Amino acid sequence: MITEALARLGRSGLAALAGIGRAHLLLAGIVAGVPALLPRPRLLLAQLYNIGVLSVLIIAVSGLFVGMVLGLQGYYVLNQFGAEESLGVMVAASLVRELGPVVTALLVAGRAGSALTAEIGLMKATEQLSALEMMAVDPVRRVLTPRFFGGWISMPLLAAMFSALGVLGGWFVGVGLLGVDDGAFWSQMKAKLDFREDLVNGVIKSLVFGVVVSWIALFQGYDAVPTSAGVSRATTRSVVHSALAVLGLDFILTALMFGD
Amino acid sequence: MGNGVPATPTPPSATRNPDARPPIDKGGAAPLVRIRGLCFARGDKMVFDGVDLDIARGAVTAIMGPSGTGKTTLLKLISGQLRPQAGSIEVDGQNVHRLGRGELYALRTRMGMLFQSGALLGDLTVFENVAFPLREHARLPPSLLRRLVLMKLEAVGLRGAADLLPAQLSGGMARRVALARAIALDPMMVMYDEPFTGQDPISMGVLVSLVHQLNDAGGLSSIIVSHDVPETLGIADQVYVIAQGRVLCSGTPEQVSADPDPRVRQFLDGDPDGPVHFHYPAAPLAEDLLGAGDRRR
Ligand SMILES: Nc1ncnc2c1ncn2[C@@H]1O[C@H](COP(=O)(O)OP(=O)(O)OP(=O)(O)O)[C@@H](O)[C@H]1O
Ligand SMILES: [Mg+2]
Repeated sequence: MITEALARLGRSGLAALAGIGRAHLLLAGIVAGVPALLPRPRLLLAQLYNIGVLSVLIIAVSGLFVGMVLGLQGYYVLNQFGAEESLGVMVAASLVRELGPVVTALLVAGRAGSALTAEIGLMKATEQLSALEMMAVDPVRRVLTPRFFGGWISMPLLAAMFSALGVLGGWFVGVGLLGVDDGAFWSQMKAKLDFREDLVNGVIKSLVFGVVVSWIALFQGYDAVPTSAGVSRATTRSVVHSALAVLGLDFILTALMFGD
Repeated sequence: MGNGVPATPTPPSATRNPDARPPIDKGGAAPLVRIRGLCFARGDKMVFDGVDLDIARGAVTAIMGPSGTGKTTLLKLISGQLRPQAGSIEVDGQNVHRLGRGELYALRTRMGMLFQSGALLGDLTVFENVAFPLREHARLPPSLLRRLVLMKLEAVGLRGAADLLPAQLSGGMARRVALARAIALDPMMVMYDEPFTGQDPISMGVLVSLVHQLNDAGGLSSIIVSHDVPETLGIADQVYVIAQGRVLCSGTPEQVSADPDPRVRQFLDGDPDGPVHFHYPAAPLAEDLLGAGDRRR
């Protein structure tokens, strides 16, 4: 009984390690495809559209609502200390440092990451990847590399948009509805928000999340069992693993960036 | 290996059949594909157990055998998509599984493969699918590319479908587009995996003559995997029947048709029972139905 359980534990541990190894090999293959991608920017543009542009609506709407909620909640807390002029800083800092990169990454994982996994998994199941191989075209370089960089480049841009619309949402609720002073809202934000501390760190976070979300999505698709059940499992795993990785990495990055 | 099984790698002498086709091995040239001692297993299941097989240049070679014997697997091994556990596969003198990536890809530009499922790229139109290998490997001016692609599509009777997406095609049409794609680069050899399934009698006839033409005109070598016995025997120069991991018999269509081996006879004549089992290996039916086994069902 116990030995059996141990054996099972060992087997799944080994399988997980092997998976991590395959994922790293795949990433190396994806990066090795960069030279082939440079002369064909169209492939990248198509993916920037697929992953980035098509996510704009959900990111914009979510950013606006998150900002409005921040404006509301922030106002009630700050009001108790008579510090509602600081609402602008509070909203902007929360968005740029945390919510922008994190929520954007979660939304992109759900909207675009799952789609990438399903697309690659189905291409594998319908032998399209093998057909590319047989036409002497490397499917990793041709199919995965543009998608990876499309996702990576889109992520910070989408996060910036999320934060910008979030600030507008917070402004609308704070200044427009609750009567916070317009000038104080913006001037405090400009004075207290640090370019390096806040903006650069936020961008670094989104760049890391961009790598993680695209990588997990492509790996799950490429590694999927090539059947309908296998692709559906891979899609679920893609979203779950991405979400966990983003939240876990966010803690680590925050501790490293703002921890001292 | 090959005990008692006539797994003859060299084409048997044609003395038995005076009216056999002209000699396949033109001038005794080395075979295009040379397989020796091939062993391949999927998990515990031995798919090939010591297979020797030669594919002659410029000929149509048919690989026949019951469903699930590994015909598709054999094509994947020849094209280097799968790696055998033992044995060697040489294509045009190069050991496929010893080649580096670049060399393997260079070899593959000279091989066309028609996948059993078609395997067209789903986000490209029929035209773009056929143009794909040309765009990747041949720098052609757009007007020439267009003309070439339309000619290939015309050959399979689908020029009118050039603007459709693969999802809008029937299975048989998709397979014909895949055929046009497989011959787009004018390869030295084409592997057809079940080209005739799902084709109506008219397109079947067109395909059969197309395969013939390609071979006669282009000096192309063809490997056809099929269960369609009469069509395949009709166009093949050389036939291999494989089953249960071995080559059961080989030779010209006439020799194979005359082969006395009961397993070959059963396959060619389509008898439901005989030495080759229609069923995948299993416990006796009664045992399963009566729940004698301790299966979790
Ligand atoms: N991906 C796979 N994983 C495990 N086993 C496989 C896989 N693909 C094929 N097999 C097994 O390998 C054997 C040979 O399969 P293959 O597809 O080559 O058969 P085939 O001769 O082409 O059959 P058909 O005429 O039906 O296409 C089968 O018994 C199958 O169970
Ligand atoms: Mg098959």
